[in-house]
Amino acid sequence: MKIDLTVNGRAVAEEVEPRTLLVEFLREQLRLTGTHVGCDTSQCGACVVMIDGKSVKSCTMLAVMADGCDVTTIEGLASGAELHPMQQAFMDNHGLQCGFCTPGMVMSGLDIVNRHGNEPDDATVRRELSGNICRCTGYQNIVKAIRAGARAMGE
Amino acid sequence: MQENGIGASVRRKEDQRFLLGKGRYTDDINVEGQTYACFVRSPHAHAEIEGIDASAATAAPGVVAVLTGDDLAADGIGPLICGVTVTSDDGQPHRAPAHPALAQGKVNYVGDHVAIVIAESLTQARDAAELVEVNYRPLPAVASTADAANDGQQQIHEEAPNNICFNWPFGDKAANDEAFAGAHKVSSIDLVNNRMVTNPMEPRAALGEYNSGTEEITLHLTTQNPHVHRLVLAAFNQLAPEHKLRVVGPDVGGGFGAKIFIYAEELVVGWACRKVNRPVKWTADRTEAFLSDAHGRDHVTRAEMALDENGKFLAMRVITTANLGAYLSTFATMVPSYLYAFLFAGQYTTPLIYSEVKAVFTNTSPVDASRGAGRPEATYLLERLVDVCAADMGLDPAEIRRRNFIPKDAFPYQTPVVQCYDSGDYEAALDQAMELADYAGFDARAEEARGRGKLRGIGFSSYVEACGIAPSAAVGQLGGGVGLWESAQVRFNPTGNVQVFTGTHSHGQGHETTFAQLVCDQLGVPFENIEVIHGDTAKTQFGMGTYGSRSLAVGGVAIAKACDKLIAKGKKIAAHAMEAAEGDIEFAGGNYTVAGTDKAMNIAEVAFNAYVPHSYPEGVEPGFDENAFFDPMNFSFPAGTHICEVEVDPATGEVEIVDYTAVDDFGKLVNPMIVEGQVHGGIVHGIGQALLEGCHYDKDGQLVTASYMDYAMPRADNAPEFKIDYAPTDPPHNPLGVKGCGEAGAIGAPPAIINAIANAIGAKHVEMPATPETVWRACQSAN
Repeated sequence: MKIDLTVNGRAVAEEVEPRTLLVEFLREQLRLTGTHVGCDTSQCGACVVMIDGKSVKSCTMLAVMADGCDVTTIEGLASGAELHPMQQAFMDNHGLQCGFCTPGMVMSGLDIVNRHGNEPDDATVRRELSGNICRCTGYQNIVKAIRAGARAMGE
Repeated sequence: MQENGIGASVRRKEDQRFLLGKGRYTDDINVEGQTYACFVRSPHAHAEIEGIDASAATAAPGVVAVLTGDDLAADGIGPLICGVTVTSDDGQPHRAPAHPALAQGKVNYVGDHVAIVIAESLTQARDAAELVEVNYRPLPAVASTADAANDGQQQIHEEAPNNICFNWPFGDKAANDEAFAGAHKVSSIDLVNNRMVTNPMEPRAALGEYNSGTEEITLHLTTQNPHVHRLVLAAFNQLAPEHKLRVVGPDVGGGFGAKIFIYAEELVVGWACRKVNRPVKWTADRTEAFLSDAHGRDHVTRAEMALDENGKFLAMRVITTANLGAYLSTFATMVPSYLYAFLFAGQYTTPLIYSEVKAVFTNTSPVDASRGAGRPEATYLLERLVDVCAADMGLDPAEIRRRNFIPKDAFPYQTPVVQCYDSGDYEAALDQAMELADYAGFDARAEEARGRGKLRGIGFSSYVEACGIAPSAAVGQLGGGVGLWESAQVRFNPTGNVQVFTGTHSHGQGHETTFAQLVCDQLGVPFENIEVIHGDTAKTQFGMGTYGSRSLAVGGVAIAKACDKLIAKGKKIAAHAMEAAEGDIEFAGGNYTVAGTDKAMNIAEVAFNAYVPHSYPEGVEPGFDENAFFDPMNFSFPAGTHICEVEVDPATGEVEIVDYTAVDDFGKLVNPMIVEGQVHGGIVHGIGQALLEGCHYDKDGQLVTASYMDYAMPRADNAPEFKIDYAPTDPPHNPLGVKGCGEAGAIGAPPAIINAIANAIGAKHVEMPATPETVWRACQSAN
């Protein structure tokens, strides 16, 4: 099937097998490998992308369902080497170790800002991260990073 | 100190690529002509294979090949090995049944590898894998650790009667028995150390490429130790000669032990890419990871302590059955033996310790090292037992620990269980932790919680661990097949920037930053001019990789030694250039100076002179590039006290960790930001074990917790904000004064949490994971 969509601001028209998941389409067909796959049951959140401004686990949706959508992946946030404030906050607060869950965490962080504004409290961020698993950081610095990123985005 | 040198919380060099989505993990790598692999795995825990019919699969669209154990055997590949020998009580080495990478006539656990299907696309490979017809004759399965060696139990391997891999007594039983007979009191506990699935977030993967022109195999792997992989695959598995095999561990998304081992899939992909003469890629899905990654822990233990009338520990006895799974993984035998029983002294002066470990085979996934590896199991039983002793003696849990601590002036301290501790001040860490946790105010907080219907409890864990693995001679004496030194190469380029090659491997630890800080500090080269390179056998010299919190304590010292050599060579070059005697040259802050003069030369200029030696000291080789190896005299022994405070809802059994304090001795900290991150992660790993994570097989050997829907990983709202501090001591045998910090949290946390829950509900013991159901039941019986 042919799909037309926007990915990171670029118009994309591709043929896909109907059973292709959006994450497979991004990783295998577009070679946008920043979006990761950490599980098969939509728990880990390593595959979170933004679709029309909302966070979506790209392993839970078929590529054909993204027809006509505006998709942003981790590769679409920075301007060149200049990090988006949320990315910068992860660096400044040591919110990542191995980096594998990080793209999903950053995307979920952006979604938290969209829905809770620039001053989400600690408990809100922790609750909102229930769909993102990290084995390295113990979460404390991810929570710190998202709160700092949220503040920076409001400035 | 340099601005970005030792002690500075420098932002990490590796973060930029990860944050931009430019990390390069194994599955991110795609090569021309690549095929995709899917493994056919056993659905049975224990069965004979009566036949495999691959004809339909082979004929399916896009299929390149279907290969089985017969093909592997015909090519003389494998079997997989276990690298550490433990001598059983009959004087014989541990029983080591053959571990074929693809089953040969029999499968021994659910997920065991039966065939590999290789196709043009992943979906074609998966579709075809379902067409492989395997005719199984199921056999009764052995799934229970405690019952595996019972009389009349189903035998798994002919070579291992009663399913016993080894029986390993350790210590002076007669003296121990005598101490117990004369004791004022004997405290005891029976406990299970719950089986865990290590679960790094990046699933394991392998990409094999064969170049028929050079006859070279390149394997990109999710590995913590590329050279160890290459060595074992070449020397023991006959995959290819070492010089014709390149192993690359690119960005690796967490390891925690699970990516140390040489796995069936890695060997089979390496072999298959040559066989089909096409690149072959395999990536585990999460259920495959649950089924086929080596698991951790899984002990059943009885522990007893003999005490005198003052609560001093006189003798300890530990009887453990340890589950090793269906086959021996790469380091399986070492974990419940040397990495376990040698830690039974903990922080205490217990003079007599006797233990017996029975290691058993079961029809479950192989069990091997997992964050802490043996040391969390030792610490858990000891620190739980100490709390039982405190209750039995009517002593405060802090007080009984204090009475038994090894005093700070007794270091180096020879324990009765082989290890000689390097340095420590256990009482200082305890005092600091009690202060930070406001132990004095606990009763008031508990009273306040009672008013809200909550049971509040506090728990201690004073742990010591052995890391910085470690001295080759000791490893050899213990039956290890390798040396455990580490290597480094520090290379100046002619333009003055520096490449540091390390034999360790970073998969989240931040070595690219920490090691650059070491070099920046020592050589005075700007931090941004230093690049750390690791993880590729074609780029770096031989090295042993990363596990056992060894990278800084062993690998960091190798780097420092290479820097020493550069500084020394540079003195000769600088002396010649500045027309001074070598003895008058001093080096500091990146500059060579002539003592008593204002003559100076930067190390970058010296490097240029070394590569363009037009005017050069006689007898000195050109180039500015040094190698060093470091083989430590001893392990390093981080230690500390963790204090956990919980609130239990007796109506639901729900446990909330409301406060958590960790005061650790890691020696000197190079990057405090990174160290703190390691501690956070370790503690949450420990929270996972204590409250959430239980790997469960049913009686038929089916893994019923094989996804994140069934196996509870810790999430952001399972942890409070931690209080972290340090009580450092100086380990005399480590030239950098560092210990290791990667595993401490996972070792310290579980007993602190369970001690807190037991304290809250007034129970002697609560098994892990302390789920609401478990805790609710414990509340009911405590009342």
